[in-house]
Amino acid sequence: MNSLFYQKNSSRNIGDKVFTSLSLICVVIAILPLIFLVTYILIKGGAQITPELFTLEPNPPGDDLDAGGINPALIGTLIITTIASIIAIPVGVGGGIYLAEYSKGGPFSRFIRFGVNVLAGVPSIIAGVFIYALIVSTKILFGSMYSGLAGGMALSILMLPTVIKTTDEGLKLVPNELRYASLGVGASMYTTILKITLPSAFRSIATGVVLGIARAAGETAPLIFTALFSYYYITGFGDLFYEMGSLAVLIYNFALEPYDAQNKLAWAASFILVLSILSVNIFSRILAAFTEKTKRA
Amino acid sequence: MEEKLALFKNRKRFGIEKNIDIIFKNSALVLSSFVAIILLGIVLVVFFQSFESFSRYGLKFLVTSEWNPVKDEYGAFTAIYGTLITSFLSLLITIPLGVGTAIFITEDFVPKVFREIIGSFVELLAAIPSVVLGLWAIFVMEPFFRSFFVFLHNFFGWVPLFSSEPTGRNSLLAILILVVMLLPIVTSIARDSLNQVPKKLRNASYGIGASRWKTIFSVILPAALSGIMAGVLLALGRAMGETMAVTMIIGNSNAFSWSLLSPGYTISSMLANQFGEADGSQVSSLFYAAFVLMILSLVVNIFAQWLVKKFSLKY
Repeated sequence: MNSLFYQKNSSRNIGDKVFTSLSLICVVIAILPLIFLVTYILIKGGAQITPELFTLEPNPPGDDLDAGGINPALIGTLIITTIASIIAIPVGVGGGIYLAEYSKGGPFSRFIRFGVNVLAGVPSIIAGVFIYALIVSTKILFGSMYSGLAGGMALSILMLPTVIKTTDEGLKLVPNELRYASLGVGASMYTTILKITLPSAFRSIATGVVLGIARAAGETAPLIFTALFSYYYITGFGDLFYEMGSLAVLIYNFALEPYDAQNKLAWAASFILVLSILSVNIFSRILAAFTEKTKRA
Repeated sequence: MEEKLALFKNRKRFGIEKNIDIIFKNSALVLSSFVAIILLGIVLVVFFQSFESFSRYGLKFLVTSEWNPVKDEYGAFTAIYGTLITSFLSLLITIPLGVGTAIFITEDFVPKVFREIIGSFVELLAAIPSVVLGLWAIFVMEPFFRSFFVFLHNFFGWVPLFSSEPTGRNSLLAILILVVMLLPIVTSIARDSLNQVPKKLRNASYGIGASRWKTIFSVILPAALSGIMAGVLLALGRAMGETMAVTMIIGNSNAFSWSLLSPGYTISSMLANQFGEADGSQVSSLFYAAFVLMILSLVVNIFAQWLVKKFSLKY
């Protein structure tokens, strides 16, 4: 009779409690440093933010003057990620369209999907090494070696798998009825894709692409020997062919400087980078949740 | 009416429109093959650039740890060992933590809202750039663990892994920052595969009288194992290729040491440090090291994909 009731002290219930608390400990150990990390970056970095930060050039490390600002790096990051997007988005969306709309699951498309996954796993520094060998050391871009353009190309290699994957998956979610209806009224394949399927998958593709861009903006390894770094303002189009600073490389370089002023600049740059990446992520998450709700309703 | 019908019957697609259709399809085909071209390009370029070093040092490159640009002697053993030991040990710490966290947020210990908050918080952290983690490691983690490392050396100095006096930047710190990086990956993939286990299995297990954790260990975890394994392998690939955070905290020394408390090297940190100012046969040797890294991560990644395909849930 007794065995019908919950027994607090039976070995299985004690064992259950032990494991439950163990998993709770895992959560605490996993979460605490992460919370600590984010708040520390936001507080420490936020304290360094001044208006001059956005307008000045960084001073060369070593003198006792103040460190200056991060304007060139900020603009550089924008330019380099724009270049990467200009390359990766058309190629990736086009490739995704082929996989989702034209391919019939044959060996070619399976190979490409496999390749996308493999490319996504290639270490980011290898992308830098590749572009170094292909573009920087050969001086193929009008004789310039390290350049913002080369940096953008290296980043585009990292963005490409994300863009293809999100396009492929976004298009696959579009119901086939839409395609049949469009083809049924006599639209050609490309009109169907451009006017019907792409627009209805637009939001999910855009979310994925924006997340890919945010990820690329924080990448450092592919830039340290393709775009290198620069202390000077970006003044014109020609600067694309010269060394270009970026927030990520600025953080790397200045974190390793022994001077406090440079370290502070690194914290400020981290603050800007982390804040923008996190807000893009949170925003797209909210957007995705919102889309899901409206779809269900 | 008659007129319209005739118009409809005679309507044909213009030749130009047909051509656009064909061009559109073919350009999509070309764009999708870019992936294969880039992948192949990366493998070939890195291989051919490393050829000079490969033919000179052969496989000896992998087992010697002399790295001397002045004498033109190159061997990447220290870096290869560092890559392997940091990634494996960091995974060893990450797996129980990540899977434990994943279990916690897929079970109903706390209300769903909290679980979702924890889950999305962990995922957000995967978005933090590794260079920022490196900065944090230098200025926050290193001072925080300094006395712990001294303790570790004093009491466990007889273990080869802790046998040297702790230095400011060392391999153990690199392992710890890798744990912070890998946790989000392992946790979110483990959570997804745990969520995919059908409810029926859980209910059946509860129905025959198994307790909650008996169910987790004997039913749910085995069912989700392939997904978790694939996630672990992806994390391993990420750990081996991770550059910035590790480079900033590992100390970058090519002197080989068994101890984790002394500075070390990984292939990617070697590349980050030396590539910019290398010339001559050093460049070729660096490409050789990059080739080794690439093969390592390709093997791990392809194995992960194979695992997913082979053992994906069949419910």
